[in-house]
Amino acid sequence: MKANVSLAFSASKKVTGWRLFLKTIAARAYPRVIGMQREKSWMFFDVFLPMLAVSAYVFVYRAIGAPEEYVGFVVVGGAMTAFWLNILWSMSSQLYWEKEQGNLALYIMAPNSMMAVLLGMALGGLVATALRAFAIIILGSLLFQVQYSITSFTQLIVVFMLAMTALYGMGMMSASLFLLLSREAWHLANLAQEPVYLVSGFYFPIKSFNFWIAAASSLIPLTLGLDAMRQLIFPSGVLLGFLSVKVEITVLIILCMFFLAGAKFLLDHMEKLAIREGRITENRR
Amino acid sequence: MNRSETYRSFTMATWLGWQVESNWTDPFLFSIYVIIKPLASAAILVVMYSIITKGNYDSPLFPYIYLGNAFYIYVGSVMTGVSWAVIEDREHYKTLKYMYIAPISIPFYLLGRGVSRFLVGTVAVIVTLTAGKLFLHVPLDITQVNWGLFFVSLFVGVTLLAMMGLILASITLMLVHHDFFIGEAVASALYLFSGAIFPLEVLPAWLRPIGFAMPITYWLELMRRSLIGNVAEVFPTLAKFSNGDLLGILTGLTILFAIVSIFTFRWCDHRARERGLIDRVTNY
Repeated sequence: MKANVSLAFSASKKVTGWRLFLKTIAARAYPRVIGMQREKSWMFFDVFLPMLAVSAYVFVYRAIGAPEEYVGFVVVGGAMTAFWLNILWSMSSQLYWEKEQGNLALYIMAPNSMMAVLLGMALGGLVATALRAFAIIILGSLLFQVQYSITSFTQLIVVFMLAMTALYGMGMMSASLFLLLSREAWHLANLAQEPVYLVSGFYFPIKSFNFWIAAASSLIPLTLGLDAMRQLIFPSGVLLGFLSVKVEITVLIILCMFFLAGAKFLLDHMEKLAIREGRITENRR
Repeated sequence: MNRSETYRSFTMATWLGWQVESNWTDPFLFSIYVIIKPLASAAILVVMYSIITKGNYDSPLFPYIYLGNAFYIYVGSVMTGVSWAVIEDREHYKTLKYMYIAPISIPFYLLGRGVSRFLVGTVAVIVTLTAGKLFLHVPLDITQVNWGLFFVSLFVGVTLLAMMGLILASITLMLVHHDFFIGEAVASALYLFSGAIFPLEVLPAWLRPIGFAMPITYWLELMRRSLIGNVAEVFPTLAKFSNGDLLGILTGLTILFAIVSIFTFRWCDHRARERGLIDRVTNY
C-alpha cells in the first residue's frame, strides 16, 4: 500500500525541460553501465572474443616477419573493434531491437526526448565498452609484450574523446536511419563489420592505402582516431601516420559537429516518417 | 524413425533456411551481402601481408594464408549456421515449439537449416578463390588440382562441421539468448588454433597441441594439398602425414563427432524439454 502511495506521489511530480532531458540520459545509460556488468558472461566474451581475433592477427604478423610495433597496432586496433561492434549492435540497430521487443512505442509515447534516449544509449555504451577495450589493451599488451611510448597525454585524451564523440554521434545518426528497418537491420549491421575493419585500418596503418581511399575512410571517425592514437603511443607511429595529429584532430572536430547535428536532424525526420508510415510498432520478421 | 520423415525434415528445413537467409532483400543486395563480407576479411589479410612483404605474393606462405582463410568461411557458415537456427527459431521467430510438435526429426531439421548457410558459404569461397587467382596470383591451376581428394575432403569436412554445429545447437537449447557467443567463440578459437591463417609453428610450443587436437587443422591442410599440393607441403606442420593419413584422421574424427553429437543432442534435448526451455524467450 505504501509503495502505491509513493508511486502516485512520484508520478505526480512533473519534470520537464533540461531536468527531464538529463534524467532521461541517465535512465537510458543506467542499464548499459550497470546492467551490462551484471551479466558476467558478457564481460568475459566481450573481452575474450576480440582477444582471439587480436591473437590470430598478431600471429599472422609474426609468421610473415613483421616488425614488433605492428603487434602493438593490432592490439590497439583490436581494442577499438569493441567500440565499432558497440556502435553497430547497440547503437545503430538498437531501435530495431527495441521495436522487436515492443519498447520503441513506449519511448515515443513517453514525454521525454528521443535525442536524450539516444544520448543515454551512447553515453552508457561508451562507458561500458571503454571498460572492455581497456581490458583488451591490458591483456594484449601483457600477452604480446607491447611497448608504448606516449608523446603527449593531452593530445591522446583529446583524440580519444573526439573520436568517441564523433563515433557515437555517427551511431546516433545511423540509429535513426535503422528506425525504418526491420529484418534487414540485422543483416546490414552484420555487413558493416569486416569492411569497416578493412577500410578503417584496424589491423594495419591506414597510410598503406591510396590517399583518396584513406581520405574517404576518414569519414568513419575511428579511422583518424585510431591513426592519431597510434602516432601518439608508438615510436614509429608518426612515420606510419596518414596525416599529422593536429590535422586529424581538426577533422575529428568537424566530424563531431557533423554527426551530432546530423543525428538531431535525422532523428526528427525519421521519427516523423516512421510514425506517419506506421513503422514504430511494425513487426516484420 | 522412418526415412521419409528424416528426408522431409532435412529438405524442408533447407528450403526454409534459404528463405530466411535470402528473402529479406532483393537478389542484387543479397549478392553483394554474400560477397562483400568474405572479400573484406580476405582483404585485411592481403593488405597486412603486402605491407610487410612489399607485395611478394610468390612466397608459399601467401597461398597458405589465403586458402586457409577462404575455406575457413565454411566453419563460420556451417557450424555456426546449424547452432544459430535454435536461437532464431526459439527467440526471434518463436517457432521452435511448433517444430517440436510437428512430425519432423529435430536434428535433421537443424542440419537442414545449416544447408542454406553452406550454399551461401560456397558462393563466398568461390568468389574469394577466384579473386585470389585473378588479382593476387594465388597459384591455383585447375589442371593440377587433385579433384578426387578435393571433393572427398570437402564432403568429409563439411559433414564434420555440421556435426560440430549440431553439438553446439544441442548446448544452445539449454542456454539463454546471449548464447550466440558460443558459436562465435568456438569459431574464433578454431581460427586461432587450427592453423587457418598461419602455420602452427608460429604458435608458442605449449599451444600447438591444441592445434593438433582440432579436426579443422587436418581438413584445412587437406584442402590446401588438394588445390596446391606442392606449395602446401613446404610447411613442416603436418609434413609427416600423407594425404591418406590426413584423410583417415579426418574421417575418424568426423565419425567420433557424429557419435558425440547424437548423444549430446539426446541429452540436451531431454534436459531442455524437462526444464521447459523449448519455448523460452529470454529477450536479452
